[in-house]
Amino acid sequence: MKLHEYQSKLIFAQQGVPIPRGRVASTASQVKGIAQELGGRVVVKSQVLVGGRGKAGGIRLATSPEEAEEAATHILGMQIKGLPVRKVLVDQAADILTEIYLGITNDRAARSPVLIASAEGGVDIEQVARETPEKIIKLTIDPLMGLRDYQARNIAAAIELPRELWTDFGQIARGLYEAYCRCDASLAEINPLVITRDRRLLALDGKIVLDDNGLNRHPDLAEMRDLDEEAPTEAEARKYGLSYVKLDGQIGCMVNGAGLAMATMDIIKLNGGEPANFLDIGGGAGADKVAAALGIILGDANVRAILINIFGGITRCDEVARGILEALKDKPTSLPIVIRLVGTNEEEGRQLLSQAKLITATSLVDAAQKAVALAQGRKT
Amino acid sequence: MSILVDKNTRLLVQGITGREGHFHSAQILAYGTKIVAGVRPGKGGEWVLDGKVPVFDTVSSAVEATGANCGLIFVPAMGAADAILEQADAGLPLVVCITEGIPVQDMMRVRRYLDQKGTRLVGPNCPGLLTPGEAKVGIIPGHIAIPGDVGVVSRSGTLTYEVLYALKQRGIGSSTCVGIGGDPINGTSFIDALALFEEDAQTERVVLIGEIGGSDEEKAAEYIADHMTKPVVAFVAGQTAPPGKRMGHAGAIIEGGSGLAADKVAALKAARVRVARHPEEIAELVT
Repeated sequence: MKLHEYQSKLIFAQQGVPIPRGRVASTASQVKGIAQELGGRVVVKSQVLVGGRGKAGGIRLATSPEEAEEAATHILGMQIKGLPVRKVLVDQAADILTEIYLGITNDRAARSPVLIASAEGGVDIEQVARETPEKIIKLTIDPLMGLRDYQARNIAAAIELPRELWTDFGQIARGLYEAYCRCDASLAEINPLVITRDRRLLALDGKIVLDDNGLNRHPDLAEMRDLDEEAPTEAEARKYGLSYVKLDGQIGCMVNGAGLAMATMDIIKLNGGEPANFLDIGGGAGADKVAAALGIILGDANVRAILINIFGGITRCDEVARGILEALKDKPTSLPIVIRLVGTNEEEGRQLLSQAKLITATSLVDAAQKAVALAQGRKT
Repeated sequence: MSILVDKNTRLLVQGITGREGHFHSAQILAYGTKIVAGVRPGKGGEWVLDGKVPVFDTVSSAVEATGANCGLIFVPAMGAADAILEQADAGLPLVVCITEGIPVQDMMRVRRYLDQKGTRLVGPNCPGLLTPGEAKVGIIPGHIAIPGDVGVVSRSGTLTYEVLYALKQRGIGSSTCVGIGGDPINGTSFIDALALFEEDAQTERVVLIGEIGGSDEEKAAEYIADHMTKPVVAFVAGQTAPPGKRMGHAGAIIEGGSGLAADKVAALKAARVRVARHPEEIAELVT
């Protein structure tokens, strides 16, 4: 789950990271009021959960409250990469001398957090990483020790930060690490961290990506989720703990386990079909979850046939069968459904389904071939 | 012979009174694997599963009383990291964690601690271990596999069942099946399992099941080229998956390898691994 810039910066500020004065607003007149309050030049920044806001014209500088209002009117009507802008952040504008990059993320290979810094921060940081990797400084953090003061100093020295800013930089780096840990983040990033003309460090932009697995112990963060920025089916799927990604094909898939779900999609394609979605009902799904999953697939107008592939381990085939019956009772369908049930309690599952009009398959290849044929209107 | 678990496995199940723990413990007992202890704080002194398994409040007291030599975890995600640490601290040499959804930062700390301690972890978010005919430590359905000479190692859960089942239908059995789990940070890796299979007298060939994301398959390919004398067949799930969403700049900068199936398949093929196009084809390729 991604947090907005304004949410991320507030979390950083709570850990002692200096951020510009500013507030979030959803109407142009609110923006004018905030700009008056802040005084001087302000930046009006669209709050959408995609990158490239600046390049899309979603960030504007304003020298007066009237200009800020005008900028907000423009930005609040925009769409950026398909997402409508509903909120803007109004920040006091900074006088920028230099832009630095500072981020902490999970390094899968090192099984540790890694801190990344560069003296050449800003919008082109990925280009810097590609073209001049020596300008990117990386530091692996021992997850049991945390980020130490000397390590932050080493980073400050490596990016050639003026000495008088080392102490402040250390505080910012530790604050960022603290925020990353406290939120169970998979990314905490300040880009740019600027040196202002009056020689202060200031986090102008912020980004946090949360580990969805950690949200259970952070109800305050879970509440920050912006439902406006999610496709309704994906929100529905999440409510039931399903992992769903909509695709463009005609064969709706319901599978237990991400690996098997992907393999099922692979084999559909191998047999000339196109999957309508990726849908993993997870391990140990109960009947209600299965019913919700089938409901989501049935709600996709592109679907011409459904393939249900369940290999029970922790998931029990009888629970799946009950869910399917429940969903079909709720939403009767004329779409052909191919089903393959193997594993834990498969006999019980098959018995439950014997009355429903489903097409059974013995192997994965068999199931895929049948589903593809049915989706294309052929008989099996 | 087999790897990691066999007839001598004395299993301790943590979370034995929960819905999943209880259900699968019954299946494990039915398979003939000895569960010598269950652990559930607050329920010490009780007996579960028709009075066959004593329950203890703590892992250390259970290990002391029963001589358990392997731990299995069904504890919910928010407490699972703690359970792994508790089992490691109680001296269990092998810990298998089934739990799905453990926060990544928890696993970073756990893994670092286990490395210092010398405990072997399998999982988390995995189906566990199955040595057909000898021991079931996890949730792999027992009846889908028969004893044989194919070592199976997999990042996926249910996809592994698919492969074991396809092998069995062709009369091919396995020495041990190791589900290493799909989480970004886990215990036993492909390479660890490959090394164990290479040393194992019963294993003649190996099946490796990977999926998109990370670079573990590429590392395994390198290891196979340099160290494996036994033939390896592989499958990589997600060849048609749309490219995943990137995670900010730092993610783009730090991720080694592309994580794409095509690159993994190419790396494996370069290591002379035969790569199946779909799971059932694996059974054709190992014969």
